[in-house]
Amino acid sequence: MNKDILICGVGGQGTVLASRIIAASAMAEGHVVHSAETIGMAQRGGPVTSHVRIGEDAHSPLIPVGKADIIIGFEPSEVVRNLPYLAEGGLAIVNTTAIKPVTASLTDSGYDGSEMLDHLEKNVSCIFADGDKECQKLGSVKFLNILLLGIAAGSGRLGINRETMESEIEKRVPPKFREANLQAFSQGYEIGKTNEEDKS
Amino acid sequence: MKEYVMGNGAIALGALKAGVNVACGYPGTPSSEIIETLAKYPHEGLHLEWSVNEKAALEVAAAAAYSGARALVTMKQVGLNVASDPLMSLAYVGVEGGLVVVSADDPGPISSQTEQDTRRFADFARIPVFDPSSPEEAFEMIGDAFAYSEKYKTPVIFRPTTRVDHGYAAIEAPDSYTPKAYEGFRKDAGRFVIFPRLSYRNHGMMEERNVKIGEDFSAYRFNTAEGGPSEKAVLASGVSYKYAKEFLKDHPGVKLIRIATAYPFPESFTLKELAGVKEILCFEELSPYLEEQLLKLSGKHHLPLTVSGKLTGHVPHMGELSADSIALLLKKYLGIDDVLESKQTATPPQLPVRPPVLCAGCPHRASFYAVKKAMAGQKTYYCGDIGCYTLGNSMPLDMVDTCLCMGAGVTMAQGFSHVDGEGKAFAFIGDSTFFASGITGVVNAVFNEADITICILDNSTTAMTGHQPHPGTGINMMGHDAGKISIEKILSGIGLKKIVTVDPLKLDEAMQAVRECADIRGVKAIIFKSPCIAIEKSSKKCTITNACINCKKCIRETGCPALTTAEGKVTIDASLCTGCGLCRQVCPVNAIGGDGDE
Repeated sequence: MNKDILICGVGGQGTVLASRIIAASAMAEGHVVHSAETIGMAQRGGPVTSHVRIGEDAHSPLIPVGKADIIIGFEPSEVVRNLPYLAEGGLAIVNTTAIKPVTASLTDSGYDGSEMLDHLEKNVSCIFADGDKECQKLGSVKFLNILLLGIAAGSGRLGINRETMESEIEKRVPPKFREANLQAFSQGYEIGKTNEEDKS
Repeated sequence: MKEYVMGNGAIALGALKAGVNVACGYPGTPSSEIIETLAKYPHEGLHLEWSVNEKAALEVAAAAAYSGARALVTMKQVGLNVASDPLMSLAYVGVEGGLVVVSADDPGPISSQTEQDTRRFADFARIPVFDPSSPEEAFEMIGDAFAYSEKYKTPVIFRPTTRVDHGYAAIEAPDSYTPKAYEGFRKDAGRFVIFPRLSYRNHGMMEERNVKIGEDFSAYRFNTAEGGPSEKAVLASGVSYKYAKEFLKDHPGVKLIRIATAYPFPESFTLKELAGVKEILCFEELSPYLEEQLLKLSGKHHLPLTVSGKLTGHVPHMGELSADSIALLLKKYLGIDDVLESKQTATPPQLPVRPPVLCAGCPHRASFYAVKKAMAGQKTYYCGDIGCYTLGNSMPLDMVDTCLCMGAGVTMAQGFSHVDGEGKAFAFIGDSTFFASGITGVVNAVFNEADITICILDNSTTAMTGHQPHPGTGINMMGHDAGKISIEKILSGIGLKKIVTVDPLKLDEAMQAVRECADIRGVKAIIFKSPCIAIEKSSKKCTITNACINCKKCIRETGCPALTTAEGKVTIDASLCTGCGLCRQVCPVNAIGGDGDE
């Protein structure tokens, strides 16, 4: 299997854990995996990306433009920023909750993500999820990353079994949040599954 | 068992496998996780430390290597500037046990002051350099680096770049650790005491030896050639080799030469691989080092070879290369039409910019704000330094006038005070940076009668690089409590005019301390003490009450990312707010919730 998955968002949203879980799950299923993360200065509220490359054919640690099978987007404008990476026929999973940068709050530029969502809807195949609303059901926005992972898994585009991912989540989250994370994954899984079925 | 680790983790595991006895370093992106990984795997018998700075780290390691032990030193590229004093001399003296200096380069730069190229440092110091292209290779190569270091009794440099350091791959993690057995130091003043006579003699020895190492490297397993034969060839190093390979995997007719040991340059290997080649394009990040070596080689052997790359304007000098940029350049070079391209043709809406900012609730914001308010209307110089608090430069704080290198804030403020007797010069320095290179600057200020106020932003950690401990936090990398070294006592020992410790989150007290210090001539210090919000998690939240008149002063003055507007009204993002209460103290109508408690 060759699969390129790009995860993007804003520093602090938990993209790194999401990429680790995908990578670990793919490894557990016997695949060769490489990934690359943004770390350092950029983490402080800046745009962050993780590139996960599954398969022996991947040499570059970063996914080439136009080759990502799936984008898991934690924030609308960050999905648009990374859209050039999406392959033809690729899928974008988009959290519709916008994160306003401080610069936008200062100038009151009115960024609310809606323009981004319009652009995405018109141009690529997307699954939209209202992260804020979905996470309210779970009790904290901290579960957004696992929720979005669930959507990706439910869409069937990751090529990784649900059970494998659940077991990797169990290994990687603190015991007291295990149940809530599994619930977030399951909630996302249903969203992904329903949306993908609607498309076909 | 195979484990999925970061490139830096792979370097650490490779070093453990090589039986490293001593490992020291100073945190710096992208190198910090090497020392941290060593601490996570079996390492009993290994001396592990976060040294106070890179120079100290290298000197600790040098003595270990004189004793026959294997020593690893880790730093980022600008850290090597700090360690260059011992490095240059150590190159002449040499070592007994293997000594590997890992200096991580940062093309981009993503998280650094410069785009310097450590391979040039190796050439400058006349010592070998290893340049891995992936985490897997780094794991193997670090062992080779120790072996070569011992074979030629010289320190060697290991130079990964960000994409190797922060790339992840599955690595065979050793399940046990056997430190190298070593004899111990044998006194030999003729060998270990650097004097002009020794330097003269060893200079000649090094130059002769490096020719031999170049020959040795000509057979080195990671200097490779694949594809071809072709008249048009490609030369690459580091991660650029992987990018080139990503494209050339579909064009196996093109010869791809990869050099993993830039210095001493593997001349005979390269000459052999250049047979029949008429044109070569070089892909390397940072400086055109290999390109220059090819030009030298070409001149020396009168090769009918056209060398292109950065020097000919074909490849950009600055920034990172990528699979995409290299694919485009190769397409042009080889006259190939089929190339990876984005399928997204619609013009996207304008994207919001997201410069990095201080976290919501970061005590540095409050410290900067207190100084800004207290000094409003006066002529000031705000000298910044290296750390999270460099972000104090961003709007609306705008509190960093200069930033140069580690520790420079303290000394540059002195320079301003000497050329302008009227202005008030302030230095901002973090606790870890203070220990790394701030103290000597304070001594300089007192001795030379500067008029400055030093603001120590003490958040009890090395936050920017991932919260490493330092002398002020007590617990060292061996897990021992060495006792916290008091910044206040150090300053008092140096003999400052005034030292005040305040909680920056108490705005009035903080501003009062600033005014008091600014009014006294001489060297004063304010220790702004409040823990990093990422270390001491707070469950407090601020809330906006109905009294809010929507003046947005809180947003305009603090720039806290938790403060935002929704439908024209100021709101607080509860997922980010730490209840620090700075906005509450800024609000002109007391419309921000209570005492910060939820």
